Amino acid sequence: MEEGELVERLRKGDEDAFAVLVERYHTQMVRLARTFVPSRSVAEEVVQDTWVGIIKGIGTFEERSSLRTWMFRILVNQARKTGVRERRAVAVDDLGVDLPERFAADGSWSSPPVPWTDDVVDQLFASAMAEPLRIAIEALPTNLCRVVTLRDLEGLSAREVCDVLGLTEANQRVLLHRARRQLRRIIEHEIGEG
Amino acid sequence: MRILNRDMVCREAVGLVTDYLDDALPRRARRRFEVHLRNCPNCSRYLEQIRITIDTVGHIEPDTLDPEVKDELIDLYRRFHEE
Repeated sequence: MEEGELVERLRKGDEDAFAVLVERYHTQMVRLARTFVPSRSVAEEVVQDTWVGIIKGIGTFEERSSLRTWMFRILVNQARKTGVRERRAVAVDDLGVDLPERFAADGSWSSPPVPWTDDVVDQLFASAMAEPLRIAIEALPTNLCRVVTLRDLEGLSAREVCDVLGLTEANQRVLLHRARRQLRRIIEHEIGEG
Repeated sequence: MRILNRDMVCREAVGLVTDYLDDALPRRARRRFEVHLRNCPNCSRYLEQIRITIDTVGHIEPDTLDPEVKDELIDLYRRFHEE
């Protein structure tokens, strides 16, 4: 179902349309909520409250952003309101230290990336890599975790991520960059090249 | 302006990968980045591996939706519209 039609039907109280919405976004919302609160059960509560907000607010949704972005924004507000202590974030200014790559004094690689063979790359897309990556994403500092979850896991655009999380595009890229570097290292480590 | 025209080093190139992929580099920096990449197999490989990393993360399957949760939410929606 296309988004315009979905919104139209939701406003009229169409249960089938609502079921589509739940199927499409519920698990994504739980995943995003998890990056704000320390437990699965609190995340579920946040998402439940978010659905209430969505149901009540759909009449005022102005379609200036995508439906998903709008829903995610409600979720982020809801998560921040819970007052639960957030997991560790990292200041954007601190991101220069402890980088996962090593360079010589002249700025060239001191241990260059080892090639990943085609066989290895094919295996990456098999499910074996999903679990280590999930764990690694969850272990990232919260702001890195949120950005990479939205960008690379859920496939939002840079602008949408900025919109949902209230970041500047430049900061969004700094956080994303740091997260991707770490995840590349995880893969390298998992395939035994790191 | 000599300093701006110097060859880009690997450390700098690696730092620009995400900006490059998001098409956020100013034209001049983009050109320097691409020149560096053409001459540096290590950084080319690094960029390729970052692309593969993005792809691999994108392939992580979403969790499955608990049918009970779905029914509860539809109930919530129904109640709201009955009021």
